[in-house]
Amino acid sequence: MEIPYTVKPRPDTGVYNAKIGIWLFLASEIMLFGALFSSYIILRITAPEGSWLEGVLNVPIGFVNTLVLIASSVTIVMAWASLKMNNYKAFQGYMVFTVLCALTFLCIKSVEYNDKFHHYEMWTNAESNNRFTGHFDKSWLAEQKSAYKAKVAQLNADHQKALSSWSQSDKSTPAPVAPKFPEITFFTLTTTEIRNLAAFLGTDSVVFEKEAKHAYKYHGMPGEDTHASNDHAAAGAEDHASSTSAHDDHSHHESLTIPVSEIKRTSAFIPSHSTYFAIYFTLTGLHALHVFGGACVLAYFVICNRKMWKNEPDRLANRIEVGGLFWHFVDLVWIFLFPVLYLL
Amino acid sequence: MSDHDHDIKSHIRTYMIIGAALFIGTILTVAVSYVDFGSHAINIAVGLIIATVKASLVALFFMHLIDEKTAIYLLLSCAFFFFVGLMGLTIWADQNPPNKTQNLQHAPMVEVTVDSQHPSSASDSHPEPVHH
Repeated sequence: MEIPYTVKPRPDTGVYNAKIGIWLFLASEIMLFGALFSSYIILRITAPEGSWLEGVLNVPIGFVNTLVLIASSVTIVMAWASLKMNNYKAFQGYMVFTVLCALTFLCIKSVEYNDKFHHYEMWTNAESNNRFTGHFDKSWLAEQKSAYKAKVAQLNADHQKALSSWSQSDKSTPAPVAPKFPEITFFTLTTTEIRNLAAFLGTDSVVFEKEAKHAYKYHGMPGEDTHASNDHAAAGAEDHASSTSAHDDHSHHESLTIPVSEIKRTSAFIPSHSTYFAIYFTLTGLHALHVFGGACVLAYFVICNRKMWKNEPDRLANRIEVGGLFWHFVDLVWIFLFPVLYLL
Repeated sequence: MSDHDHDIKSHIRTYMIIGAALFIGTILTVAVSYVDFGSHAINIAVGLIIATVKASLVALFFMHLIDEKTAIYLLLSCAFFFFVGLMGLTIWADQNPPNKTQNLQHAPMVEVTVDSQHPSSASDSHPEPVHH
């Protein structure tokens, strides 16, 4: 069946059908993102004072990604203009560049996501500087993981041994009890997991790479004045902690050895630990899916629609215009996401 | 055809200017986020205004909304109406949070009513108190 009005405008609407179609779709997209943005507003204005994370995202990365998306928006509209001027070669070039921009955006985003998965916010019992961000020392974490695995394997092996010797005995004594050990997923550690791990392995401190102080801030709660909720008379973790790198080098991480007893709370940069990151991953994840979907469609247009250019050039131009409208919308959403999530 | 070509060429010039404006706008957004306007609310307002201007440039020129047919405008004004409604209701909801103390005040009041109705309800056709 022939699709009507792919080139000629429909008399009653005055535009070709696909254009009405994409605008209807974009209207529904406005409501979809609108619902999430309004959720963001509710979550943010109702967050208890000092609990809303600010400035924890990497601004340069977000900045570069914004420029990448804007550049791709320019090139998609140039691709359409090239078709209108009968320049298929230029069209191809612009389309390939646009798709490459989309892939660049997704690559940068995935690197950023991966970085967030390993980030933590740490509260300690210290009098000052008791709230900071960073990540666990990689080699320390790897050591803990292998030590944990080895100990679990050892306990299980011991149990199997005891079990087999018991089953061969006269069974007058009760059966050996299965060993108990804490379940620990090393993907992101909760506070409880850290305490359980330390108790299980008999370690008394963690090695934490603290980020430079200016790397984050709290609205209405500067980092230095956070001792209000701290009732502990004990000397702070900062006093116990041994700092192994120079204080003056703010661009690098500071390696801290923090006693487990001094850790008040940790929170990973993942949805289950933080409301901010829940809405961050929801908004940016949905947006990234849009980028991926758009890139697939645009790649299809440039790879598979050569025949259409020969037979129905105007129809192809309209396709590119419609694809471009979606692409601009994705760019438009990011224009709001960047300041809202990264800067404000 | 040359007239049409000329038209497209002037379009391209517009696209380049808008593209440059968006780049500058992005740099401006980052720059003003480091400026302290005295209150955090003003910083948020400035950031959102710049974002709105940038988004308008994209919508008007890249999405050709500056020169579109009535049907599209009609469709978008519906979307705009519901979007504003959604945001408005969100902010309104925040202005009118469910009042917890009020609910607590209700609780003893209900109990009092039940107690006072108890003698009458025994002779009533309702064997069970209404409030339960």
